Amino acid sequence: MTPESPVAYDLECRSLTKSFDDFVAVQSIDLAIPAGSFFSILGPSGCGKTTLLRMMAGFVRPTSGDILIKGRSVLDVPPNKRPVNMVFQHLALFPMMSVAENIGYGLRRRGVPREDIARRVEEALVRVGLPGSGGKRISQISGGQKQRVAIARCLVLDPDVLLLDEPLGALDLKLREHMKVELKKLQHEFGTTFVYITHDQSEALVMSDRVAVMNAGRFEQVGTAQDLYYRPATAFVAAFVGESNKWRGKVETADAGRLTVLTEDGVRIAGSGEAALAAGATVDVFVRPEAVALSRDAAGIASMANRMDGAVASVLFNGAASRVLIKAGAAQAEIDVALPQTGEFNDLAPGQPIHFGWSDAQTTCFRAG
Amino acid sequence: MSRRLGFYLLLAPLVVWLGALLIIPHIELLLTSLQVKVKPRVYEFGFGNYAAFFTEPLYWNTFARTALMSIAATALTLIVGFPISYYIAKLARGRSRAILFVLCLLPFWVSELVRTFGWMILLRETGVVSNTLQWLGLSSGPIEFLYNDAAIMVGLVYTSMLFMVVPLVTTLESLDDSYIEAGYDLGGNGFAVMREIVIPHAMPGIVTGCIVVFMLSLGNYLTPILLGGKDSLWFTEQIYAQFITRFNWEQGSAFGFLLLVLSSLIVWAGLKLTGQTLGQTVGRG
Amino acid sequence: MKRTRSSFLATVTAASALLIALGGAQAEELRLLTWGGYAPDDVVAMFEEETGIDVQVTLSNNEEMIAKLRATDGGGFDLAQPSQDRIAGAQEEYGIYKPMDVSKINGDLFIASMLEGTKKNTAYDGEVYGVPHVWGTSGLVVDTKKAPEVKDYVDLCSDAVAGKVSYRLKRPTLIGFAFSMGMDPFAAYGDTAAYQTMMEKVGEKLIECKPNVKAYWTGGDALINLLRSGEVVAAMAWDTGGWKLNEENPDITFVAPASGALGWIDTFVLPAKTQNEEAAYKWINFVMQPEIAAKITASAGNFTASKGADAFAEEALKTRFQGSFPQEAIDNIKWYPPVPAGLEDIEGKILDRVQAS
Repeated sequence: MTPESPVAYDLECRSLTKSFDDFVAVQSIDLAIPAGSFFSILGPSGCGKTTLLRMMAGFVRPTSGDILIKGRSVLDVPPNKRPVNMVFQHLALFPMMSVAENIGYGLRRRGVPREDIARRVEEALVRVGLPGSGGKRISQISGGQKQRVAIARCLVLDPDVLLLDEPLGALDLKLREHMKVELKKLQHEFGTTFVYITHDQSEALVMSDRVAVMNAGRFEQVGTAQDLYYRPATAFVAAFVGESNKWRGKVETADAGRLTVLTEDGVRIAGSGEAALAAGATVDVFVRPEAVALSRDAAGIASMANRMDGAVASVLFNGAASRVLIKAGAAQAEIDVALPQTGEFNDLAPGQPIHFGWSDAQTTCFRAG
Repeated sequence: MSRRLGFYLLLAPLVVWLGALLIIPHIELLLTSLQVKVKPRVYEFGFGNYAAFFTEPLYWNTFARTALMSIAATALTLIVGFPISYYIAKLARGRSRAILFVLCLLPFWVSELVRTFGWMILLRETGVVSNTLQWLGLSSGPIEFLYNDAAIMVGLVYTSMLFMVVPLVTTLESLDDSYIEAGYDLGGNGFAVMREIVIPHAMPGIVTGCIVVFMLSLGNYLTPILLGGKDSLWFTEQIYAQFITRFNWEQGSAFGFLLLVLSSLIVWAGLKLTGQTLGQTVGRG
Repeated sequence: MKRTRSSFLATVTAASALLIALGGAQAEELRLLTWGGYAPDDVVAMFEEETGIDVQVTLSNNEEMIAKLRATDGGGFDLAQPSQDRIAGAQEEYGIYKPMDVSKINGDLFIASMLEGTKKNTAYDGEVYGVPHVWGTSGLVVDTKKAPEVKDYVDLCSDAVAGKVSYRLKRPTLIGFAFSMGMDPFAAYGDTAAYQTMMEKVGEKLIECKPNVKAYWTGGDALINLLRSGEVVAAMAWDTGGWKLNEENPDITFVAPASGALGWIDTFVLPAKTQNEEAAYKWINFVMQPEIAAKITASAGNFTASKGADAFAEEALKTRFQGSFPQEAIDNIKWYPPVPAGLEDIEGKILDRVQAS
């Protein structure tokens, strides 16, 4: 991602690296975030995303590389002078201050006159949907309200970039779902650039304009949610983002990205992969549960490139996200298939024979690492 | 039934402890202090011993001086102890942290007497500090550092340090680093973060430490006498003198009681001034 | 409202004393409340061998002895050794002693004049309470090279020794200064008003003298250190301190002040609740034997009231004594008469005032 004009981006990282002793936490990250967008960094714990965020905030000094905000390097700017603010994992709302004092803290530091502070704090409270809550103690407000206060406390300072460090982690599921939508809405209203780190793919996919998937200190792929989901660039992304059935196998034939793979279980699968893959290469094969079509007879899946039959092992009912586990093939490997919501298969029961198939285009193959 | 018995049995040591070691001696002290000597072996009930405290300027002045010096020692201990505690709680890691803690603890491995004599060896006219200064050519003749208020201060601060550092480290450790980072992130400099975030959070520890150090200083006997010399004038010395050298237990008891009441008043005033309550402090600190 | 005062403290102390007594009930025991050096280990061992009585020694000083006995109404110890001037008054105030059966003491072992003097001085209500043991004086310990002009107590206030002087804030200092200022405090013992006036004068002098003082000493060892290091060149102190320093540094010695050294006699008295009177008499008769008394002189540094013990005393000590006390100085020793009750209150107020100035 090379920017054509540096100033068009709110935040840029160039070959950003951080190593601790002999451990490289962040390895040569290049990144450019356009103004006003919601950018997520998604990765498992320990992948270096927190270190990356802390470098942006200024709490960690990079080993090498550069960080630019609105085109200007901020490497030598201390955290309290950087035009970025951070929403901490546990929010870090100051317990000894009221809601209004928390939000006004940054303004007081800037020497804003007292009456202006009061006005801007109340404005911020209105914008996050908490008008008149300024006098409350932090301990008196709910988890969701705390989130909003934490965001208001940063946004009242009009930062160029807002950094968010998994702030939804501590919330219960219902509230988390709600806050996802809320956060996206707030970002849209304020128009501030958000950089959001999380290990929860659904948070990243739902809210973000673009997502970077990070693994072992590097970016595996940067793209829209759809890119990551439907066109994963690496085996890691394919495995990490969304659910997949996965096989290990050897390429039998290869023709400009159209592959036949013989899995270790002895199943032959038609798939697609990068053109460089040649016969004999070991690959990992990924198929999404919802890419698999079910049929009661062989005819129903005749058009599919890959066709198999087996017996229902179990039905995992979970409303719209219900699944069927099917045992198939000589090895009786379990395959995870999404249950269509048409009602056609609602009577499936364990032990019933079933046919299923999927297209080769939705079968992604990566060289096994 | 047996559960209630168990409860009372569990409670018994506390009751015995409070009763035997705290309440009964103080009642005894109070009764003794209300005896006014008329002539040998003849005593009368009265408040004469208390009146003596307020009418004799020496007693009153000695107490005021002791209280002021103790407050100063408390403030000094806080000023010296806070950065140390902050360093131990927030900056030091692993070994250096343990070593620092042990350094604070070290003075308590020897008795107060030995500790105080240690200072005397250092500070006396023919002592280590004076000799070193002469040897370095910084002073032309021997200097006496002992037998003044500054020496008392040094001794009190040194003796009290641990009692300030422990509660401070405990409260500072409970301050999540993210609060400090948030303080900086939102534009605060070191001073603002200290004043608005660290100190308000550490307040229970500060108050606990200050109460303990103040009480210890006020009740100290050896340090002011040995290091203060002819100007020491410590209130406990006055109590000792009444009990032991004057054989005036009645006056000594009255002084002991006044020390208890007046020091409690000072602590209460301190809590009022800082807007803290004892429950809050002891509960959290 | 006359009542016998018993206190919680007394009960607790008595109870613990009882426990200790029960614990050691097998061996006969003598609990001795005394001064440092008055019951040296070798003497205790000899006594135990001869009588089978176990001696428990507690070291103390005049004020603490009285305070301890007062706390227990005269219990906890079987034999005590306060100075003879602190017996009649304390007995009148607190009733902490028990009259002595002089017939059980071998009078032949004592220097007769001293025995008679002490009996007279410790009498209260027609009973005798004490017999003499160790005697000595307090006066001046002076570094004769550095402060040759210090001959009397008031010389401690001269500019020549400014900042290099030490004395105690205790009654001997008041008495010594009074004599040195040309007054006779002992003569005024009976006249409270005159004594008050006299003490006020002494107080003024001591306040005036305060800038000269390096520190008011409280413990003998601390004073010896100050003199040894040269931080103090003249002090008011006991004779033994001076002689001890004289062994190390011939320049420093005890000087009997021109107005007279203050003579004290430490005695044997029975606490009111002594539990082993017999052992107490045995101890007295044992330690007053000349050879034993000489051992105590060697350990305490002071002479005893034992007749003939001089013959066994160390020559060096005798020489030092003679150096400090020519005959006229001996004649000039002011022996403490019994302190009438109440005088100490006057002295206490004066001392407070000096301390606070």
